[in-house]
Amino acid sequence: MEITDALMRRLEVLAGFELSPEEREALRDDLARILSYFQKLQELDTEGVPPFEPLPGVRNVFREDKPRDSLPQHEALKNAPRRDDGYFVVPRVFGEP
Amino acid sequence: MDLIGVLEALSQGKTALGEIIDGLWECIGEVEPTVRAFLSLAAPEDLKRRGVKLAGRTLRGVPIAVKDNISTVDFPTTCGSRFLKSFRPVFDATAVERLRAAGAQVQGKTNLDEFAMGSSTEHSAFGPTRNPNDPERVPGGSSGGSAAAVAAGEALAALGSDTGGSVRQPAALCGVVGLKPTYGLVPRWGLVAFASSLDQIGPITRSVRDCALILSVIAGHDPRDSTSLPVVPQDYVTELEGGIEGWKFGLPKEYAPRELGTKALALIDRWASVIEELGGEVVEISLPLTEFALPAYYLISSAEASANLARFDGVRYTVSVPAEDVRAMIAASRTLGFGREVKRRIMLGTFALSAGYYDRYYGKAQRVRTLIAHEFAEAFQEVDIVFGPTSPTPAFKLGEKADPIAMYLSDIFTLPSSLAGVPAISIPGGKVQGLPFGLQLIAPRLEEMKLLRAAYALEGDLA
Repeated sequence: MEITDALMRRLEVLAGFELSPEEREALRDDLARILSYFQKLQELDTEGVPPFEPLPGVRNVFREDKPRDSLPQHEALKNAPRRDDGYFVVPRVFGEP
Repeated sequence: MDLIGVLEALSQGKTALGEIIDGLWECIGEVEPTVRAFLSLAAPEDLKRRGVKLAGRTLRGVPIAVKDNISTVDFPTTCGSRFLKSFRPVFDATAVERLRAAGAQVQGKTNLDEFAMGSSTEHSAFGPTRNPNDPERVPGGSSGGSAAAVAAGEALAALGSDTGGSVRQPAALCGVVGLKPTYGLVPRWGLVAFASSLDQIGPITRSVRDCALILSVIAGHDPRDSTSLPVVPQDYVTELEGGIEGWKFGLPKEYAPRELGTKALALIDRWASVIEELGGEVVEISLPLTEFALPAYYLISSAEASANLARFDGVRYTVSVPAEDVRAMIAASRTLGFGREVKRRIMLGTFALSAGYYDRYYGKAQRVRTLIAHEFAEAFQEVDIVFGPTSPTPAFKLGEKADPIAMYLSDIFTLPSSLAGVPAISIPGGKVQGLPFGLQLIAPRLEEMKLLRAAYALEGDLA
């Protein structure tokens, strides 16, 4: 199938990263070839076949509703690149800088 | 000597843990500059010192290597990615916790394709690992570091992870034993998720009995992983010697196509004769959906990966690129953090899940997966074990498979059993072009005992 530049850019936005023009070109070709190879799946009739269940017979997994210890705050923040006073630090989300 | 051999020698006082550790480090000193199996290593003196207190436990303080996508509190866990270069987990994975409780120590962390996406360990952000049988060649992947370390003699045993063949294919290419357990048998708690419906931790070892021993330690329910099966742990070592008399082994004709070449086909014939000499019966079967496993696998695993890897956002895990606003910061961090293959898979997965394509790609792949699982279930009505090669070729050269589809094809024989969630093992099956060639055995769900017993019976006669 044809992968347009617009589709590539839409996928990049959804994927949350940006490709360089060379990367975009190369990945577009790869995706086009991979997806045309994958057309093979359409040969199979899957009418009425349910999607796969990785754990046959296992549905909802419950546990007792009892409080238990969670990760201490300083541990949870240990790998954060920016933190301050027990919080993650991120750039502004709303409004003008 | 295998791990169980070492444990016996230790218990009989024929050797000391210090000697074992010195032996491993002597080998590391010799081969590691070429092989580069490890991303981090313990200090041997520390292992010796801490080992003293572990002498009374099952694993007697022996070091075991761990793939670097399995969380360890005492080593970074990089997943072979720039994104996690300095990431230090705050808890141990269940499998690691259980190994430590049984008296093992973490020897170091082994190299892998970034986030376990690959079949050659060339996609590690920290450089490739090389095959100890021939340094021009790849060790396979993604658990290439674990397989190479065991094959080179740098490690007694290792943990890997297998999503579509990442334990079995490198074990085959390096000439060691690698087991992918039934989906849900070994808890995934602490394994950095790639494709959650497929990922399984499995041992890579020098012998089948070592695989059985490590599986006995790491298998069994953990409530922290809701996909962990409520099964009672077994001792897989005790019943290894029962033999295979009267067992039916199915060779799918799709696993022995002409394209494999005369040498590989001759080896497959030899495997069949060995099975028959041991009292087993060999029948030809057909798994016609084999060729559909590759597209189904790459759509499902990439879709799951695109969701799992969304957590790498520049906020929580070590790498962050400053930017004006939050969206730009996330995009800039992910642009810098992920390598080419990971981006390719996230793009593919994002596509497969996106509006307008979901039913045709992801939905279709999930239905095909059901058909593949049914196909195995039907085959196991007729035979006890399915067998064939682990990978279509022995180890290939670094840089040889630049085309992603060519690379993906090296997993064609491991993908179907991964999709079906059934257990499979690769054992050394002889040589092709002077290089190790793996024999894969596949069993029904939760029939690890049967699988290991068959592998144990065959390994002696194939060496």
